[in-house]
Amino acid sequence: MADSFSLMQEQYTKILKKYLEEKNETGLYHAQQFSKKVLENQISPEEVVSLHLDALEKYFPDLPQGVFDSFEFLLEVMMGYGMAYREHQSLRDKQKELETEINVAASMQQTFLPKEIPSVDALDVGVISVPASKMSGDYYHFIKDDNDCIGVAIADIIGKGVPAALCMSMIKYAMDSLPEQRLQPGALLDNLNRVVEQNVASNMFITMMYGSYDPRVHHFYYSGAGHEPGFYYHYDTDTFEELYAKGLVLGIKRDTTFREYHKKVEPGDFIVLLSDGVTECRTDDGFIEREELTRLIRKYKHLPAQEIVDNVFYQLEKLQGFQLRDDFSLIILRRKV
Amino acid sequence: MDLDIRTEEKNGQDILYVGGEVDAYTAPQLRESLKPLTEKDIPNVIVDLADVDYIDSTGLGIFIGALKSVNANEGSLKLIGLNARVKRLFSITGLDEVMDISEEREEAK
Repeated sequence: MADSFSLMQEQYTKILKKYLEEKNETGLYHAQQFSKKVLENQISPEEVVSLHLDALEKYFPDLPQGVFDSFEFLLEVMMGYGMAYREHQSLRDKQKELETEINVAASMQQTFLPKEIPSVDALDVGVISVPASKMSGDYYHFIKDDNDCIGVAIADIIGKGVPAALCMSMIKYAMDSLPEQRLQPGALLDNLNRVVEQNVASNMFITMMYGSYDPRVHHFYYSGAGHEPGFYYHYDTDTFEELYAKGLVLGIKRDTTFREYHKKVEPGDFIVLLSDGVTECRTDDGFIEREELTRLIRKYKHLPAQEIVDNVFYQLEKLQGFQLRDDFSLIILRRKV
Repeated sequence: MDLDIRTEEKNGQDILYVGGEVDAYTAPQLRESLKPLTEKDIPNVIVDLADVDYIDSTGLGIFIGALKSVNANEGSLKLIGLNARVKRLFSITGLDEVMDISEEREEAK
């Protein structure tokens, strides 16, 4: 460090002398280059003044004493800047540390989400889930039971970022600890609600839609806990219908019960589940309408389910200037024709 | 963007007038004004949302917290003047069945 400082001192003296002799643009350019180096080497402002003073003493010893004294004075003044500069440095280090920790947490959170989507012959499934920042408040889950029934959950945890992520781990573990055999959607939400109600702060809540697809009879059973409605697409009439299951959000009332709904799924029909980040997509002209979303899905409906959700995400992301305001999750389950 | 918040006491009721967008950034401001009202002895709180055009889920959380607090203190909480978008949010989340909400704002007049 001491070495590099004396090197800097030497260099500063050299470029200052050259500038005073030639007084041209090149000299100023050297000064700019030098200031970059100063920052790189974390040299404080008062040390720069001290470099200047040393150079003057060396090359212009005949200057009036007052000039030297004035630089001593300036040096004192710059001390404050130096302190602020060092504080800034230490904040930057701390910020880097925090960022690293959040990155670790974010990659841990990724492990909460299913690594692969279970496949059954009857269904074509597409999933996309993109957080607005590093940590997500959206959660989804797939299970396949011994009868090849596919259980699918989509949940939105209030808020974003770290608190939401912590809450998500609770949902994940609660779902993992549910009995192995297939649970009816209503009963599953009853169970989860009890866990959530006991374990969240008073202003936290979770919305969830849980559905179970039975490929033997092609029925989709579902229940909702205050979750943003999805869509049901009828292949034969080429129409969308709102897929909504009324129910109170999780975590409010201990003894809430959830009604179960069901749909008979015909070949080509599909179920769209989403988080409110999809429908609350906000552009310069205000919020998008739900019709805008069905228009987009319709536009890509000839594609495989995964390509539909990817394309819809891309189009909506584009509408928002590639800056998501909320976590975005979209799931499509289609009965193959 | 701060919220526009004003409180008024009338006939033993606390009326909280809110204006603006209640989201993750403004929600703490709402909580600060609302929480003390709901922690009174037998609170009677009315929140006028006529000038609120948007509430996100964090904002909704504040009202849920307020409801729990009011219930714990054996009081009442009523939300009035909800616009269609805000009303839809309360209805989808099922909160319209556990909370007293109304599009009208008669009481506040």
